[in-house]
Formats: sequence, C-alpha cells, structure tokens
Amino acid sequence: MSEYVIKNGFVFDPVQGIKGDKADVAVKDGKIVKNVSSGAKVIDASGKTVMAGAVEIHAHIAGPKVNEGRNYRPEDKLFTYKPKTKGSRMAGGFSIPTTFKTGYEYARMGYTVAMEAAMPPLYARHVHEEIRDTPIIDEGAYPVFGNNWFVMEYLKNGEIENTAAYIAWLLKASKGYAVKVVNPGGTEAWSWGLNCLTVNDPVPYFDITPAEIMTGLMEANEYLGLPHSMHVHQNSLGNPGNYTVTLDSLKLAEKIKPNNKFGRETVMHSTHIQFHSYGGENWGNFESKSKEVMDYVNKQKNITVDTGCVTLDETTTMTADGPFEHHLTELNHLKWANIDVELETGSGVVPYIYSPDIKVCEIQWAIGLEIALFTKDHMRTFITTDHPNAGPFTRYPRIFTWLMSAEARKQRIESFKHSAKMIDATHIAGMDKELSLYELAQMTRAGPAKSLGLSNIYGGLAPGMDADIAVYNFNPEKEHKPDEIEKAFSAAAYVMKAGMPVVIDGEIVSNGNKRTIWVDAKTSENPQVMRDIRDKFLKYYSVTMNNYDVASHFLTNPRVIEVDAAR
Amino acid sequence: METVTLTLKNQPVLFLEADNISPDIFAGKKAAEIAALHAYEGREQTTLGKYFEVTGNAGATADDTKIVVKGDLTRVKYIGMKMSAGEVLVENSTDMYTGAWMLGGKLLVKGNTNAFTGIGMKGGELVIEGDAGNYLGAAYRGDWRGMQGGLIRVKGNAGSDTGYFMNGGTIIVEGNTDVHVGTHMEGGTIIIKGNIPSKVGGQMVEGTIYVFGAIDVMMPGFKYVKDEELEVDGYTGPFALFHGDLGERHPKRKGQIVYGRLFQKI
Repeated sequence: MSEYVIKNGFVFDPVQGIKGDKADVAVKDGKIVKNVSSGAKVIDASGKTVMAGAVEIHAHIAGPKVNEGRNYRPEDKLFTYKPKTKGSRMAGGFSIPTTFKTGYEYARMGYTVAMEAAMPPLYARHVHEEIRDTPIIDEGAYPVFGNNWFVMEYLKNGEIENTAAYIAWLLKASKGYAVKVVNPGGTEAWSWGLNCLTVNDPVPYFDITPAEIMTGLMEANEYLGLPHSMHVHQNSLGNPGNYTVTLDSLKLAEKIKPNNKFGRETVMHSTHIQFHSYGGENWGNFESKSKEVMDYVNKQKNITVDTGCVTLDETTTMTADGPFEHHLTELNHLKWANIDVELETGSGVVPYIYSPDIKVCEIQWAIGLEIALFTKDHMRTFITTDHPNAGPFTRYPRIFTWLMSAEARKQRIESFKHSAKMIDATHIAGMDKELSLYELAQMTRAGPAKSLGLSNIYGGLAPGMDADIAVYNFNPEKEHKPDEIEKAFSAAAYVMKAGMPVVIDGEIVSNGNKRTIWVDAKTSENPQVMRDIRDKFLKYYSVTMNNYDVASHFLTNPRVIEVDAAR
Repeated sequence: METVTLTLKNQPVLFLEADNISPDIFAGKKAAEIAALHAYEGREQTTLGKYFEVTGNAGATADDTKIVVKGDLTRVKYIGMKMSAGEVLVENSTDMYTGAWMLGGKLLVKGNTNAFTGIGMKGGELVIEGDAGNYLGAAYRGDWRGMQGGLIRVKGNAGSDTGYFMNGGTIIVEGNTDVHVGTHMEGGTIIIKGNIPSKVGGQMVEGTIYVFGAIDVMMPGFKYVKDEELEVDGYTGPFALFHGDLGERHPKRKGQIVYGRLFQKI
C-alpha cells in the first residue's frame, strides 16, 4: 500500500478543467485517488507546475529502422555516452539514442507514454525486444498497413469487413496498437521504381489509389471500433507545393464517422503535418502553407494532427516512406539505407542536417511552430518532432519555449542567416500568440491521450487514472526568460510513473515498471481471410505463419486493450 | 612558454584513455592538479597521476603550454585530442587516436602512432617521425566529415585508409602506404612519396592526390588526362594527371565538371 500526496502545486489538467489552481494530487497503489490517509508520503510541489505524465503520439524509437540508424551512424554516439549512475544504466546517442537513453530522457522531461510510429509487422519481434529494453515509459507500436498487399487487394474490391478481419489478425500477431499508414500506395510503387505523389496516383499492379486506401482503412478502423483513429503519414511528404495533396487527404475524413467505446471523436490522425504544409513550386520559391492547412484542420472536427517541429539539429531521418528517403539522399549525398519488407512495407534511413544557415530549413522551422500557433483546438493538435525526422525528441523543451515565448522566437529569427527571406515566406514573425500551460497540457497530455482512445487511463489527473505525474520547477506566477523555460521542462523536479517515483530533481531514480500496450480486437470468424493469410504465407513470405507471431513472452508486462468487434 | 613533463612510471594493464593530455586542459593548472585529471583504464575512471610522474606547471593559456610525454606510450590513447594551441612532444610511440580532432598547435611524435592518428583534424601541425597506423587523417567511423584542415606529416610509412573522407588540409607520407588512399575524398591534398598497392582515390569527388612511387593497380574509374610539370613538397618534375573517380558524382563550377585529381610522378 503506497500512498503519496503531491501538495500545493499549480495544477494544469484539461481532463478536469483545472487551469493552474493550487491543488493536491493524491495517489494510492499506482492510481490517482480523491483522498489518502494521513500516513501518505508528501511531495512538496509549492511554487511548481504539476501536470499528468505527457503522452507521445508519434516517434520512431524502437525497431529495425531505428536500429539501422544506430548501426550505420556510430558518429551519432560520439562523445554522448553517460556512465551508469545509481539509478540508471549507461546511455548514449543523440538523434538515435540507445533504448535506455530513450526511456530516461522521456522520463526526465515528464513523458510517461510513447508510441512507436511505424512497426513493420514482419519485424515486430525486434520492435518489441527494443520496447522491452526501454525503461520506465509505457509503449505501444503502430503496425503499417498502407502498402500491405492484403489491404490493397481487399480494398480494391471494397471488402471492408475482410480488411477489418485482417487488421484484427495482424494487430494480434504483431501485438500492435493502431492502424498506421505511410505514403499510402507510394512505398509499394517504389518497389516498381515509382511513387504516388497525389491521392489519385494508382499503385502499379494493384490498381488502387491512395485515396481509396485511406478511406477503406478509416472505414475498417471504425468497423472494428479501435481505440485510435487511422494514423496517416500522407503522400508527397517534403515536396514544395504538397499542401494541396494534404488538403485532398484530410477531406477524405469528411465522409467517415467515429465509432468506438473509447471516447475518441476523430477518424484520422494526420502526422508531422509540418512536412505536408509546403507551398511554392521548388526550393527557390518554397513557402509556408500552414495557414491554409490549419484553417481546414480547425473547422474539420473529426481529425487530429501533430506538428513535426524542426529543431535545427543534425539528425537521422527514417521512415517507411522508402521513395522519400531516396529523394533525400539524392539531395544531400549522405549515406542511405533502404529495405523492402516483403508484402508489407519498405523503409529508408538518411542523416540530415537542419541548418539555421539554410533558408529552406529556417522556413521548415517556422512552419512547424505555425501549425501549433494557428490551432484553435489544442485538444486536436499535438506537439511532436516526428523524432528523429525533424529533430530528436529531447528538444521538446526547446519547442515548448519557442511556443510559449514570442521573445524566444524573435531571438531565433534574428540569428538566422536568411531571416528576411524566411520572414517573407512564412507567417511566424507576425504571430504574437504564446502558448499557455493549460494549452501545453492539452497538446502534450489530454489531447494525444484522447486521440489514442486512452483518455480514461493517461493524460489526466482525475481519480481512477494512472498515477503518471510530472512536477516542473516552473512557477506560473513568475516571468520566465526563454532559457529558464527550456531548463524547467528539460529536467522535471519530480516524475511518478504508475505511482512509483522515477525522476527526482531531474535524475533517474528507478527503471520503473514499464508496460507494453496493444489492442486485442475480437472479430467473428472469417474463414476467407484466414485462408488468404495461409495462402500468402505459403506463396510469398520468407517465413512460415508459425514463425510470424510475436509470442507473448516478448511482452513481459503487457497492457491489453480489448475491443469486441464480433458481429 | 611553460613546460609540463609527464613521465610514464606505471604501465597500465589495459589501454589508457588519456584525452586530458592536451595543452587546452592543462592550461592554468599546477603539476598536482594535472596529476589529478581523470583518465579511463577500461571501465575504471582513474587519474593521470597514477601512471605518470608530472613535473612543471602549465602556462596560463594553451598557447603558453608545452607538454613533453616520456616513456613507453604504446598503451596510451588520445594524446593531444582536440588540442587547439600550444605544443605536445611525445618522445616515443603512442597508441590510437593521437591528435584526434586536433584544432591547432603543434604535436610531434618521435616514434610511431597507431590507427586513427589525426582523425577529423581541423587545424594545426602533426608530425610523426616514425610510422602511422591505419586511418591516418581519416573520418571517425561512419562520419562523412574527415580531415578538414591542418597538416599531417609522416616521415615513415602509413597503414591503410589514409585520408578517408578527407575534406581539406594536407597529409604527407614520406614512405609507403597500404591500400585505400583518399577514399570518398572531397577536398584537400594527399602526398604519398612512396608506393601504394591499390585503391587510390576510390569514390573520390574532389581534391588532389600526388603519388611519387608505384601504384600496383590503378582504380578503373581514373582516366589519364595529360602530363604536367609541378613543384610538390620540395620536388620539381613531371607528373601524369588522372581524373576520377568517374563512377562518382562530381560538382560543376563555372560550367566545368570538377574531378578528383590524381598526379603520378613520371
């Protein structure tokens, strides 16, 4: 029976609508409760900010492409290793940190849940092995479906029920959490040396369009009633003028209605939208279209987005969008890794330097922040860096600083090499909006938890929820200089994970009790889909069906979200 | 200029990582403070004083500091790492990473050095009177930013992979080298006065390599262009110019394609 009370902090909790009131948060046996006994351990949070543990909705933190980044970039680890301490193991790496550093750094910033954004189902075991070795944070992983042969064949014939049965089977086989779509159709087209750069470009051989894939997967997702919506990395990522493709994709959500028992009101999550909000025809007249994109997102209530903010660092890009990574290596001539994952997906890895001396990078920086500043519903726009694609997640405190302080943005803009040209191509210089702590809690806690269908467990401080709590050395009644904001959110004063203290004064004190979250969707028996799966394994896969399943021992501490989709 | 002398008194059992032996770190410190600086032997953090007798105090700045290192240093790594000014004189042979990521100043090794000497070097002068190991003036593993400036002169031979991913500066090897010279090179100058077995300038984009001796097997991506009379490090005479690596991308400047240049003494 462990009891705690976090006393006298300024509490920000969108779940209960608490906007900085001085309040106590009581914890008993890993959950938040109304009251505790007088023997509860007291944590003094006076003069500090108290929030729920933050929820990461999209980061590449585990699995084969992350590890390929680690493998082929030893220089990323150079001079970064920290020796073990009493509470933590040796950890290192910058843009592709070790699993240990991943867990520790999220925890130190007050993050307690993180979702791996792209799991190739064939390599799901590798993903789960890394998740198991990532301490403290609860994690789930999204298997990719947007270039999957089963999905494309079923959807070509409009077979939503079969698509849904296949999704349920694959979520169970890979112990996955949600339906992820990366460059729908485009990665398969890349196997033919092509790409899908609009929502209407047909996929070779399969003769289906990205629009049909996205719509069908949204319908199947709602047929099953999964906790999270369909989660899409759209076509034509990173190309000047791609915002029209982005709007075409977002509009596909207009026809779909949410159906689930998890309190989720949205049907599409469009990720790292910074990379999809580009105007101009080439890199010379490249410009921000964040306003056009966010005007649509603000009025279309059944979609959520995350920012994908550029942090201006040397990083390692990695995505299941194979053709994009090839395009990138042709631009920067840096080393390129590429893989084709049989019937399922592909991926690529290329290092990239977002330089504050390059105009395009400066504009990308502005667009990411504009997305967050233009949003009118902070429960539907979340802060990410698409780690490590636009920058490492360890820079979140810096992103928060830029969003919370117009002065910090001004300082950054003034030190850019091409600030005048950057200002002409963006809106950022004219924006005086400063994010409040309540809005920050919405964008990093309650919002992503709700989109994930986990709002009854994570992202809030209401009684009954998990006792994931972050306390920051940040007094909201005082003025803060930009670097003080960054410092406060870089190393939390106190972090609790499921009722267990894991960070005290910015230092790791425990490896926690991490859990792996996955979705078990029970469907009616579907002999046709099972026959198709057996058939494809016999004909095409390099492994047998028996060697495909992620056995339960890969998940040492599972948290299963059950969905009853039998009809 | 003040001189600090380090004399090896206890040979480490494992290899000693002594990246603190640098004028920048020593500057402003007395002998006792220098002896207390940390080093790693395997996973154990120890002090320089455990292995070295330290005499003399450092100058106020790196520029005013000279370090003399004596004794058998074949188990000591990282001497002069990231040094930006001042002088280091090593009286015997060293292990790996001598003068790695050097920024300035002078580093003289009277004996031999092992692999990764002067990797990622940006400036200064590094002279090896004996032989250097593999990856002389190369890039760190995986990195595409190799030697960018400064001068490395090896009076003996060098191993393989000299100037791997070189971007600038000069490497002079007065003896022979093993295979792979200037691989992925994008700038700078390599002068090899002896022979190279093969793999000279593989995937070279830009930069210049001079070879005085024989190349047993020329890379197929190099094309003979013309003969030129040149002055190269004190020698004047005719050289044959080759362009390459033709299998690699090449930038265009003033309408002309820029190739890597390989000169071989005739």
